[in-house]
Amino acid sequence: MAEEMKVIVFTLGKEEYGIEVDKVRTIERLTSITRVPKTPEFVKGVINLRGVVIPVIDLRGRFGLPESDLGENARIIIVAANDLEVGFIVDSANDVIDVMSDTIESPPEVVGGIRAKYLSGVAKVSETRLLILLNLSEVLNRGEIIQLEQLGE
Amino acid sequence: MEMNQYLSIFIDEANDHLQSLNEKMLQLEQQPEDISIVQVIFRSAHTLKGMSATMEFKDLAALTHEMENVLDLVRNSKLSMNSHIFDTLFKCLDALEAMVQDVIDGGMGTGDVQDLVVTLQGIVKGDVGATAPATSQSTAKSSSGTIGSARGSIQLDQYQRSILSQSLEGGHSAFYIEVMVREDCVLKAARAYMVFDVLERNGEVVKSYPSVQDIEQEKFERSFSVYYITQVDEASLQESISRVSEIESVTLVKLDQGSLSELEETATNQQIKEEAKQETAAAIAKPVDGTAARPAASAPSSGSAAPRTIRVDIERLDSLMNLFSELLIDRVRLEQLASEVHRNDLTETVEHMARVSTDLQNIVLKLRMVPVESVFNRFPRMVRDLAKSLDKKVDLIITGAETELDRTVIDEIGDPLVHLIRNAVDHGIESISDRVKAGKSETGTVNLRAFHSGNHVFIEIEEDGKGINRDKVLETAIKRGVVTPDEAKKLTDDDINMLIFAAGFSTADIVSDISGRGVGLDVVRSKIIALGGHVSVTSKYGAGTKFSIQLPLTLSIITAMMIKLGSEKYAFPLSSIVETGSIPRSSIRSLHGTSIIDYRNSIIPVVSLSQLVDCPDFNDEQEEESELLIVRKGDKMVGVLVDEFIGQSEIVLKPLGKYLSSNLGLVSGATILGDGYVALIIDPNALIK
Repeated sequence: MAEEMKVIVFTLGKEEYGIEVDKVRTIERLTSITRVPKTPEFVKGVINLRGVVIPVIDLRGRFGLPESDLGENARIIIVAANDLEVGFIVDSANDVIDVMSDTIESPPEVVGGIRAKYLSGVAKVSETRLLILLNLSEVLNRGEIIQLEQLGE
Repeated sequence: MEMNQYLSIFIDEANDHLQSLNEKMLQLEQQPEDISIVQVIFRSAHTLKGMSATMEFKDLAALTHEMENVLDLVRNSKLSMNSHIFDTLFKCLDALEAMVQDVIDGGMGTGDVQDLVVTLQGIVKGDVGATAPATSQSTAKSSSGTIGSARGSIQLDQYQRSILSQSLEGGHSAFYIEVMVREDCVLKAARAYMVFDVLERNGEVVKSYPSVQDIEQEKFERSFSVYYITQVDEASLQESISRVSEIESVTLVKLDQGSLSELEETATNQQIKEEAKQETAAAIAKPVDGTAARPAASAPSSGSAAPRTIRVDIERLDSLMNLFSELLIDRVRLEQLASEVHRNDLTETVEHMARVSTDLQNIVLKLRMVPVESVFNRFPRMVRDLAKSLDKKVDLIITGAETELDRTVIDEIGDPLVHLIRNAVDHGIESISDRVKAGKSETGTVNLRAFHSGNHVFIEIEEDGKGINRDKVLETAIKRGVVTPDEAKKLTDDDINMLIFAAGFSTADIVSDISGRGVGLDVVRSKIIALGGHVSVTSKYGAGTKFSIQLPLTLSIITAMMIKLGSEKYAFPLSSIVETGSIPRSSIRSLHGTSIIDYRNSIIPVVSLSQLVDCPDFNDEQEEESELLIVRKGDKMVGVLVDEFIGQSEIVLKPLGKYLSSNLGLVSGATILGDGYVALIIDPNALIK
């Protein structure tokens, strides 16, 4: 029996990505970000989300994609997983769709240069539309960020 | 009666009373002759009894009842405290605590109190034989002044008693009148007024209970009583009072010289019962409904009066604070809009709002802070018991109990402290004979200190005991495989002391033969580290040991110096700043690759904050004159070059979030400024190596 799950759709460049809706706390417009020194490049800093300080990471940078200028549609998606709360900067986020679990395939080895371990699968939404589902626990893997910090020192 | 809604109130109040009982008992142990302390203890026990009875916690009520009987004898000087009574009462407190814990855990507050009850009854019957409370009339009278003031009951003072007896001599009649209004009476105060009106037309009221004021404000349940002098006879008096409507009953007792003193006693007993009912009602109802009647009885209680507080769920405070931060951001936005719109009335309103929100901010920020007292106050009792069981003499000196810490830290720090203090008394302080042999005073001292420093709170536990035996620690460490013999050679004394925190290192093997409690100091350390703190130990063999715990204020308010680096803002905790100023670039010299300056005739290093944080749009090398902060850690100082000072402000420390907290030496946290901007807080300790 295929299960249905709701995902928030966001874009990075031309690709469409999805995060399960229950992992997403809120979607915010870009606000002023305070840079935090001695952190990896993709950690853009921290923001004030209604009184709570939340780190923000640039998902492009996290995936090793080239950075681009953020436009009007850029958003910060606040996700909560692994006991962590983190904001993802994305190019846009504007859709919620239902995905049937039987349409999800395991990720191909290389997708747009992103290491496969960050992805939990690819969902075929329609004939022309593919949605890349994020593996949040890998994206938020702190072991990796600690390594990166130590490299930076 | 639906009890659940009162349960949490009961638990909170019961804990308060238990705490106060513990404190006062310790105090009494120091000054056994001070009857006023007994009064306070008695009242607490009494209230506890009433509360428990109302909530139908029978065992609790039974035990407190027996305690009360003993205390009653003591306060009436019928029984003097001795160590047996103290021990029994302390045991009772422990039992009560266990029972309240049972209630917290959802039980019915049951406990095996039979033995204690028997012991207490034995104390009441024992040496003092027939002097049960009811027969202790003469003493009760001699101390009636204190009882009267303590209970606010209808005890007569000397003056009033002499008025009554003189009136009797003068041929007047004196009555003790108790009036009960009907249960469905709507305007109790009005009825009472009418009764007083009748009385005053026919004679004189000597004394009323509750006081006339309280009666006017309806601060009584259903009955009130008066001592009354009149020439009217009993029957017509009865009739005229009964004529007032909604009066259920009028009880008149005619007084003569003999009955005057006797009646006084019965009156007291009746009042006690009445008061127990009222106090319970008030204790339960008070936090729910602020206007609930509070009997006069509790008004004159001396220094022990509970502070007027209300208990709030900590999460609500969190959300209050968050909401408030949002309000601040809107305020800044409004201010900006007002300056664009140029309308006087708008500007004035916004300015007013700014003032109000500043005050509000101060209040909100301080709500979360709790004095460490709430943790410390359980230790005197603990040290007393411990010293007694180990047959040692120990003074516990507490300083800085008013130091405030965030509530979340307060909740967690108790257990580690218990462990360290136990250690100090058990393993640190020597036995009396050993102390004498070592040329020390018989009584050992344990100092428990708390103080603020920077954005940390320090808690220190220092004793003047035997100290850590360095060689023995090392020996044990090698034996247990904590360090290898080679490593051991390189260790400094401080390193060796720290070994006692290693896992599997029973403290018993280090400094004392007395058995440990099976929990190692490693647990203490991991707990403190989990709190984001740090613990260290210094010791002088033969002279004592000091444990120092450094705790962060996870969410707390500190005064900080705000500084600017180009477009970025940073905060420095003011407490570690010695001085601010500016220096010409030319006075910074280089010494072996390190920048140094001459500061008040000593050479101190300087660092550039903009370089440390890789500031993108500011570099002090381009400046001719630099703003400078002198920061201190212990006796070391360092100069920090910054761009510009913004000024002092009170800031709320916020954690940076778990994702970033791994390796941020330089930054100890963040704060949200009035305009919603997040500023990082620099940890001055990280600037000094």
